[in-house]
This record gives sequence, structure tokens and C-alpha cells, in this order.
Amino acid sequence: MSLLTVDGLSKQFGGLKAVNDVSFVIEPGRVHSIIGPNGAGKTTLLNLLNGIYAPSEGRIAFDGHTLNGAPPHEFAAAGIARTFQNLQIFFNMSALENVLVGGHLRARRGLAGALLRLPGRVADERAYRDAALELMRFVGVEAYAAAPADALPYGALKRLEIARALAARPRLLLLDEPAAGLNPTETAAIDELIKRLVASGITVILVEHNMRLVMGVSDHIVVLDYGKKLAEGTAAEVRADARVIEAYLGAAQAEA
Amino acid sequence: MTVWPRLAQARTGGLAVLVLVIALLPLALTNNFYYEVAIQVGLNAIVCVGLNLLIGYAGQISLGHAGFYALSAYTSAILTSRFGWPPGAALVVAIGSAGLVAYVVGRPILRLKGHYLAMATLGLGIIISIVIATEDRITGGPDGMAVPPLALLGFPLAGERVWYWVVGVMLVVAVWLALNLIDSPVGRALRALHGSEVAAQVAGVDPRRYKVMAFVISAVFAAVAGSLTAHYAGFITPAKATFLHSIELVTMVVLGGMASTFGAVVGAAVLTTMPQVLTALKDYEMMVFGAVLMLTMIFLPRGLVPTIGAAFARWRK
Ligand SMILES: Nc1ncnc2c1ncn2[C@@H]1O[C@H](COP(=O)(O)OP(=O)(O)OP(=O)(O)O)[C@@H](O)[C@H]1O
Ligand SMILES: [Mg+2]
Repeated sequence: MSLLTVDGLSKQFGGLKAVNDVSFVIEPGRVHSIIGPNGAGKTTLLNLLNGIYAPSEGRIAFDGHTLNGAPPHEFAAAGIARTFQNLQIFFNMSALENVLVGGHLRARRGLAGALLRLPGRVADERAYRDAALELMRFVGVEAYAAAPADALPYGALKRLEIARALAARPRLLLLDEPAAGLNPTETAAIDELIKRLVASGITVILVEHNMRLVMGVSDHIVVLDYGKKLAEGTAAEVRADARVIEAYLGAAQAEA
Repeated sequence: MTVWPRLAQARTGGLAVLVLVIALLPLALTNNFYYEVAIQVGLNAIVCVGLNLLIGYAGQISLGHAGFYALSAYTSAILTSRFGWPPGAALVVAIGSAGLVAYVVGRPILRLKGHYLAMATLGLGIIISIVIATEDRITGGPDGMAVPPLALLGFPLAGERVWYWVVGVMLVVAVWLALNLIDSPVGRALRALHGSEVAAQVAGVDPRRYKVMAFVISAVFAAVAGSLTAHYAGFITPAKATFLHSIELVTMVVLGGMASTFGAVVGAAVLTTMPQVLTALKDYEMMVFGAVLMLTMIFLPRGLVPTIGAAFARWRK
């Protein structure tokens, strides 16, 4: 049984087809990577996969349910969480509170209970905080729990986003360039973190430019180029694909 | 695990200080005029605590909250004096209808962002104030109208000293409710929308629902103060419904400190007392408010209480 099925997905921005007729299947419990040169449409594809954009064409089915056109909070409710290429941190809150927001859908959200701090809410809060701290420990940012989010270094913010996404207890986690801007030690830690996530039963879709990381953790890779799916397969298959080499070398030559 | 007790301290500590100030202030209130000013501070502070939930925490602007304040004040006034309703029932209906108007209007306009939202709320406030000023057969028009006194458990509430305690208790309740909300999943959802709307949505927050919720809550806080003002003053005029009053309220929130509940109280206290104390400024009140707003944005963009709080935290280290 596939967890996510993407069928003929397209996203048009004016004259540009940022994602062009892309289809693939995501199997549960594995790491799927989406790679491609800059501007290939990877982030746009992730934005389609959790409802930030509505597709121009095509279908997204998660766990058998069609989610086309649903708002992002419904994708979240279905069990899809994500992190962002350009950090989207709640800088008006503490690091711990950022993670607490990640658990929004799992928390008791009645207004009257919140305003009146009804009995039980104080204990609830403590339980939410303990769970959030546990996740901060899991990704290695527990030292910053009480700190305001804007006091965290860049690498810690990247992990904080992962902790926030995990707080939703997602079934599918979308990671948009989690290692971008990190040094080799931090990248190795992300590598190890992704392996621990999968071991805990979460399915991961990874968008990443760091090929060592991608080739090391991925069970399956989809290659995008100019919005189109160029190739897919295992790391070894993709690496050997002539069109993939062409796309990457072509991009490298154009940049040089 | 130092996080939890520390947060609880800031919260209960602040509430304790507020209660203490309200309890001891009468020692310094040596005449009725001082009481009047203190009551006015309390009423404005109730509005500002609510408005701060919307502006400071949820990050949504409103330039029309004097409209909700006045809507509730006039509903109370009209139901009691024109239709003979008991003031208590009128109060509940008045506050409820301000909340309902906020809900009905909030749903479409809170899709808007930034300047567009500011303009829409401005328009809403202006419409309410024009209706009040022109429907003179029911509202008394620019001349205003009389409002019968409020009674609590059969005792009519009269005199500055009684009203001081009524408003004091209401302010403590308002602050307590706001503090409770802010540290709850609902409050964090509101703050998250302010921090990053897209990340909040991805975490499962429905932006429309929570923005409308903040709008309605803030309108209800304004409505409570509006109805209480009507009964306390015994007379209301359209002056409190105007755009200028909306701006005064926003200035109080900004000066005290956005996203600081105690800041909203301090902002209301400073800007309500200032024109009373410096009577020479009275004719230039709006100019002073404008100057305060500009100077705060330039020199104290975080507002009084957060700036002082941060300085204090640095000093303690
Ligand atoms: N909201 C938008 N409106 C118009 N064009 C857009 C929008 N978002 C992305 N694009 C365009 O779509 C194309 C794909 O962008 P996208 O961000 O998905 O690429 P990417 O593969 O994530 O690139 P990178 O590796 O640099 O992150 C680019 O040409 C981009 O300029
Ligand atoms: Mg991208």
C-alpha cells in the first residue's frame, strides 16, 4: 500500500510551469528524495504536497483520500508535516513554544477552557511542555528550550523546525533542504537524525542539494528538471542515468 | 525543567502586582476627580488588554474598535432607557451583539492583510459612528443620551468609590483571562499566525478561524468597557464612537508594548492620566497622542513594558 500517490501534478505560475505533469508513489517507512538543479520545482512540489499551493492539474491522494484543493491545515490534520527551505520560525515566541505550536492539532483547543484555565488545563500544559522538551532533546536543541527563538543559531533553528514538525506526530514529513547552510558535522547529524526518524516509523520526503546526504539516506529518488520528472529509482540507478548526469553537468557548465 | 516555574512566576507575579496596585491606589485618591481618572484608566485598560490580543499577539490591526465600544454602550443605553430593560440583561445583550457584529464583519474582512485590513476596520468604525450620530431618534444624535444606573444583586451601583472597585475587579478579570489565553494552545495559535502565517497553517492552524476569534474576543472586551462606561457615566455621546477614539486606543497598546498584557494596562494608564494631569495640554490632546505614537514607533518600537522588562533582565544577569 502506498502512503502518497501523486498523479499528473502540475503547477502553473503565469507562463511558467514550475511543476509539469509529475507522477510518483511514496511508500511508507522509507526515505524518498527529490533532487534537481536550482529552480527545478522541488519547493513548489512540496508546497503542493501540503496544500500551500493548489495544483493547476493533477491529483494528490494521501492514505487513500484525495486532498486536492484542501487548505494546509487539512493536510496537517491528515498527517503531513514539513520544514522550510527559508526558515519559517515563530520569532515572537520561545523555542519551546515553537515546538508547542507544532502540536496544535493534538492539543485541547477549546476557547472557554483556555480563557478560564479550567481544571486539567494546567496539567495539560505541563504534559505538552514535557512532550515538546522530549522532541527538542531528540533533535538536539534542548539547551535552548527557554530561549526566545531569535536567540538560536542558524543550525539550531533548522533542527527546531524539525522538532516542531515532529510535534504533530506526522506520518509523512517533508524536509526542504534541512542541511542547507550547515557545516559537515551538522550535516552528518542531520543524516543520522533522518535515519532515526525513519526507524521510528515516519515516512520522509527529502529535498536536498547535498548529494552525499541524499545518496546515503535515500531508498528512492525522484529527479526533477524544469518542473518535469526526469528520472526515478534507487541512488545507484539515478546516479547512472545519462539524462540526470546531463541535467546536472549542464547546469554546472551554465553556471561556470 | 526551569521553564515552567519561571513562566508561572512572571504571570502570577504580574497579576499580584496589579491587584496590589488596585487595592492600594485609593490611599492616593484623595478626591472624586482622582477616582474618576482611575476609573477611566481601568475602563480603557480593559479595552486595551483585549485589543492587544488582536494587535500585539495575533498581529492583526484594527482601527475601528471604538465602534464596538460605542455599539455596546449605545445598545445598553437604548435597551434600558427606551425599552425599559433591566440593566443587567441589557448589558449581556449589548456585549453579545457587539461580539456578533465582530463575528459577522470579521469573517470577510480578516481575509485582508496589512493596509487593507486597516482600511476595512477603519470603515467599520466610521459606519458605526455615523449611524450613532445620525439616528438621533433612538440615539439622541450628537446630543447624546442618558443611561440609567446599573444594579448588582439589587444594589444600584452609584458613586465613584463603588465604581472604582467594580472596574478594578473587571480589569483584574480581563487581565487574568488574557494571560490564561496567551499561554494556551489557542493563544499560541494566535501568536504563531503573527510569527509566520504559513508555518502556523502547516502546523494545522486555520488562520481564518483564529483571526476571527481574536477579533471577536477583542470586540467583546471593548464592549464590556463600553457598556460599563455608559452606566457609570449615566450619559453617553457619539464622541467615544469616533475614529479618534480608535486611534487613542491603538496608541495606548503601542506605547505600553505590543504583545504585553501588562503593557496594555500601563499604556492605558499613562495616556489616560496624561491629559488630565497636564491640563494645559487638553486642547492639544490629539496632537499629543499623535506625537506619542510617532515617538514610540521611532524610539521605543517594542513599547514601554517590554523595553523596561528587557533592560531589567540584562541588569539581573
Ligand atoms: N510563487 C511563485 N510565483 C511565481 N513563480 C514561482 C513561484 N514559486 C516558484 N516560482 C518559480 O518556479 C520555479 C521553481 O521554483 P522552486 O522554488 O520550486 O525551485 P527549487 O527546485 O526549489 O529550487 P532551489 O533548489 O533553488 O530551492 C522557479 O523558476 C521559480 O522562480
Ligand atoms: Mg527550493
